[in-house]
Amino acid sequence: MTAVAIEKPTTTTRIAPKRIPTTRVVSVELRKMFDTRSGFWLMASIGILAVLATAAVILWAPDDELKYSTYATAFGFPMAVLLPMIAILSVTSEWSQRSGLTSFTLIPHRGRVISAKAIAAVLIGVASMLVAFAIGAVGNLVGTAITGTNLTWDITFNDFWLIILANVLGMAVGFMLGVLIRNSPGAIVAYFVYSLVLPTAFAILAELQGWFRDLQPWVDFNYAQSALFNGMPSGEQWANLGVAGAIWLVVPLTVGLILVLRSEVK
Amino acid sequence: MIKVEALTKRYGAFTAVDDVSFTAAAGRVTGFLGPNGAGKSTTMRIMVGLTPASSGSAAISGRRYADLPNPGLEVGVLLDASAQHAGRTGREILAIAAHTMGLPKARVGEMLERVSLTDNEANRRVRNYSLGMRQRLGIATALIGDPEVLILDEPANGLDPAGIRWMRDLLRDYANRGGTVLLSSHLLHEIEVIADDIVVIGNGRIVAQGTKTELLQAAGTHVRSADPDYLARALAVSGVTVTRSGDGALRTDADPALVGKIALDAGVALTELRAADGAGLEEMFLELTADTQREGVAA
Repeated sequence: MTAVAIEKPTTTTRIAPKRIPTTRVVSVELRKMFDTRSGFWLMASIGILAVLATAAVILWAPDDELKYSTYATAFGFPMAVLLPMIAILSVTSEWSQRSGLTSFTLIPHRGRVISAKAIAAVLIGVASMLVAFAIGAVGNLVGTAITGTNLTWDITFNDFWLIILANVLGMAVGFMLGVLIRNSPGAIVAYFVYSLVLPTAFAILAELQGWFRDLQPWVDFNYAQSALFNGMPSGEQWANLGVAGAIWLVVPLTVGLILVLRSEVK
Repeated sequence: MIKVEALTKRYGAFTAVDDVSFTAAAGRVTGFLGPNGAGKSTTMRIMVGLTPASSGSAAISGRRYADLPNPGLEVGVLLDASAQHAGRTGREILAIAAHTMGLPKARVGEMLERVSLTDNEANRRVRNYSLGMRQRLGIATALIGDPEVLILDEPANGLDPAGIRWMRDLLRDYANRGGTVLLSSHLLHEIEVIADDIVVIGNGRIVAQGTKTELLQAAGTHVRSADPDYLARALAVSGVTVTRSGDGALRTDADPALVGKIALDAGVALTELRAADGAGLEEMFLELTADTQREGVAA
């Protein structure tokens, strides 16, 4: 084995490199979400589970329930779990798999890398929901054709965007936990605590303590998000969402980002 | 060129890197030598912005690393060959690097060929790579942007003898073409065969630096005679301090000409007289780090 000649490392005519454009950073981050076997199947499972959920509705839902909102509810469950996982892993793998050593060396501005990941996650989230809605729409057509029932499109354009927003918010929670915890298993566990344990605790508290019942919409992020699934939220519900989101999303995300920017990458 | 000035990194009361200053010049291979835990990797991580320094600075071609617009095109970095997503193929890891730097896809194949990774190996996932293959992939990632500066942390780790030879030739050729190479190692021999300049670090502090020739000269003379006791006395009388090696040879800081002259005057027949080279640098390395390394004086 002999060294193959390397092109001249130093020449006087080198072109000064340009700043790496943000679009490229985002496309690299998107690529990194798909290019491992686990990443690929996580993405593929979005389509697969949307198809399975839709098929389940056709097979088992009573005829009078064969309407578009039933399909949306059915594929909504797997989406609500998968999308946050995608967001978590896109961040934590840089630490758990230690690929951050290369990522943050090739782009020595962690804020740029992290925001590119956030953009990539939102793009994936919106695209996934559009795919799921499309699969649900096909299911609705097929289901009514088979049973001979009436086609019911009972999701308005507003509902449609609110459901997408809710899922993107769920992804944002996953992303925040990824940034804050920077460890794949830890962040996944934290997500389930966040989305399952915490709402239950709040519900029990509201049940037992009267004073908390009025406070709950302002401090329970999950409760505040549920408004997105029931038509257009009122002004107060938007305010609930903003306040609870600030507490449970914005503040911890800010802390996480500060830690990421300051920490050592090993 | 890499210029490190008064770099210090503290972790609480522990100082991992203590006022480290050195320059790695263009056209030369600079060896960064030190026992494990001496602060080599921390220094290198600070250079590329992965670890914040407590004080001091590091500049590459006159700029802070973070100020380089597209660092991969100017600095090739290999800090830890195992720090890759185990689920990606070697080819994909290179392709991501090329994509990030904005290089054409064709570069990936070229680099794989350059580091002698076959198509079959490149399409395997990194979790199935040997350390040597990971090092080759890491070298390919470092070289893909055709940078002027290379920063490599223990690049020869895990390579077989032929691989080490290959790496040495590659880096030599790279420096000969005007590139700056900084590579670290805890193995003296590795540094000795490839480096032009050597920076020795122990417990976070630089304990010696200079050209290899200078450091070798400082290592003095290796002399052997049928009567080492008499020779040692003769040298001592002339004010030359000697240390005895276990096998009857003597080592001294004086240069060979002076030692030969003293031996001649004393009428001692020499069986060997030469500048202390490899072994000399090794002794220097052990001496320089003796009070700072774990094995202590026993080493």
